[in-house]
Amino acid sequence: MFQLGRNDLLPLIEFADFSFKYLGADSLALRKVSLTVEEDEYIVVTGPSGCGKTTLCRAINGLVPHFHRGYIAGNVYVDGINTRESTVAQLAPHAGLVFQNPTNQLVTLNVEKEIAFGPENLGVEPSEIRRRVEHFIDLLELESLREKHPHEMSGGEQQRVAMAATLALQPRVLVADEPTSNLDPKSAEKILGILAEFNRKGMTIVLVEHRLDLIAKDASRVILMDNGQIVADGNPREMLSSSVCAELGIGIPKATQIYMKLEKRGLKLGRVPLTGEELSDLVEEASCS
Amino acid sequence: MIIMEDVHFSYEGLYTALRGVSFQINQGDRLAIMGANGAGKTTLIKHMNGLLRPMRGRVFVDGGNASSKSVAELSRIVGLVWQNPDHQLFLDTVEKEIIFGLRNLGFSQEDAQQRCDRTLSKLSLEGFGERSPFSLSGGERKRVALASVLAIEPLVLALDEPTIGQDARQKELLADLLKELNEKGCTVIVVTHDIEFVVEHFPRTIAMADGKIVADGPTRSVLSNQQVLDLCSLTIPQLTQTARALHRTFPTASERCFLLSEVEDAIVEILEGQ
Ligand SMILES: Nc1ncnc2c1ncn2[C@@H]1O[C@H](COP(=O)(O)OP(=O)(O)OP(=O)(O)O)[C@@H](O)[C@H]1O
Ligand SMILES: Nc1ncnc2c1ncn2[C@@H]1O[C@H](COP(=O)(O)OP(=O)(O)O)[C@@H](O)[C@H]1O
Ligand SMILES: [Mg+2]
Ligand SMILES: [Mg+2]
Repeated sequence: MFQLGRNDLLPLIEFADFSFKYLGADSLALRKVSLTVEEDEYIVVTGPSGCGKTTLCRAINGLVPHFHRGYIAGNVYVDGINTRESTVAQLAPHAGLVFQNPTNQLVTLNVEKEIAFGPENLGVEPSEIRRRVEHFIDLLELESLREKHPHEMSGGEQQRVAMAATLALQPRVLVADEPTSNLDPKSAEKILGILAEFNRKGMTIVLVEHRLDLIAKDASRVILMDNGQIVADGNPREMLSSSVCAELGIGIPKATQIYMKLEKRGLKLGRVPLTGEELSDLVEEASCS
Repeated sequence: MIIMEDVHFSYEGLYTALRGVSFQINQGDRLAIMGANGAGKTTLIKHMNGLLRPMRGRVFVDGGNASSKSVAELSRIVGLVWQNPDHQLFLDTVEKEIIFGLRNLGFSQEDAQQRCDRTLSKLSLEGFGERSPFSLSGGERKRVALASVLAIEPLVLALDEPTIGQDARQKELLADLLKELNEKGCTVIVVTHDIEFVVEHFPRTIAMADGKIVADGPTRSVLSNQQVLDLCSLTIPQLTQTARALHRTFPTASERCFLLSEVEDAIVEILEGQ
């Protein structure tokens, strides 16, 4: 008989009026955040430096409140589990976090051990662990770094290893905090392409990013944060062309900027573009009509 | 101001990071160093203040051979901001962090305080003076690391990935401050993957691949050379992509646009010229 799993009717992530203040801090890092994330979504979170993006990520994988302590109100549920009543280890297969600073995430002596570390802690079979190590070394092009200690790698190399280590957990939701900040433009494109592919195969993604020109086209939803709150949440094209971005000083793609300037000059293109190709196509359509 | 002649370097004699790098940076230059992950950019700028020493070749800083100067002496000339701020910040408040560096270089308490306050406010860090650097967000911490060096106004600034963690507004404020220091005569060198930041604010670009310099020249020509882009793992900025896409459909529109207003005007011309 077909049976619903325990959590199939619940959203994958739910923030219910969640507030958090770091121990010793004067003000709240998150203020009454309410948010639901459904299976298969690709959410891009953006907002000014210091607005609470990292804190939001930490609240999903349990680092807030279990590692970063402080005042807490409201609840966060991941896969139906209340993060307050769980541990970071228990949450790991549900939500994997790629840290903003890769140096703080890498804990072992070399790339192979780093990728194996998470699955080992989850009790994955050794043969399966070996498969994942090889798979992710191959996928993220880490072959030449295989034997290296994290301290012997460049910043971008560390960031690729951190991504591989988190993906190897095969979490239901991948939370990635500015995962391209140290990557060269081609590697950034490549990694974002890999994430888009994982998303198509069913992995839910929550990604914090300032480089919206690279990522907006992959997102199914964009969340804008300011001062510990979610100030706008919706369709990427609507979000990026809203006045909120300009007010907050968020950098939107150049194609979107041009679209908005044209609109001010009375030239309507019908749809908000996120890439140069899209803008060019819209101009072509408009010039034919 | 800084000259490198055929500089080679490998970590522990094992991992080769620089394979014969030569260039000249003049006083007052504002330039970017770009290139693939692992190309050797961080290794290169650590040679500018003696944190690393060449295994072959020579480095000259401010007219003298760097090999005869200590890191402390070189650091008075070249202010280096690390890629990872955690490696740079060690005191328990933001203000102490900035004043410490200034006092070390002989600035009076009063002058140091003034420079500290001024730099914090220019980088949107007012009110952060009493905070611990370890209680800050990633972007804030990076700006504190920048402030601690920019406050000194050294002859040469060498900044490793200064825009990491910054939103568009903070990037603009940083660019303004760097230009201001540059106009006072300070040489500004940034290592960055942020191609828009480079196109908008840095007239000269050095592109690196695999421990070597592949191109060195005006930013616009370096970054429109497809061979260089391929070798150095770079992509063209979205604005240039837009211009190229338009040019394919409308050959009258120029494909060599670097300013937003240029592309905007080209579109207006297409739409109104019908
Ligand atoms: N401490 C170290 N020990 C051994 N190898 C190192 C060390 N630091 C860097 N390397 C290696 O030297 C090469 C150049 O590294 P470097 O940090 O200069 O690169 P980068 O151009 O700054 O890269 P990124 O853009 O990722 O910061 C890389 O292959 C890297 O793996
Ligand atoms: N460990 C901490 N202790 C105290 N305050 C913190 C800590 N980490 C971050 N904060 C503060 O909380 C706010 C949100 O930080 P964060 O979530 O890291 O921002 P973002 O990722 O959006 O830049 C900021 O004001 C920051 O200074
Ligand atoms: Mg952050
Ligand atoms: Mg580097």
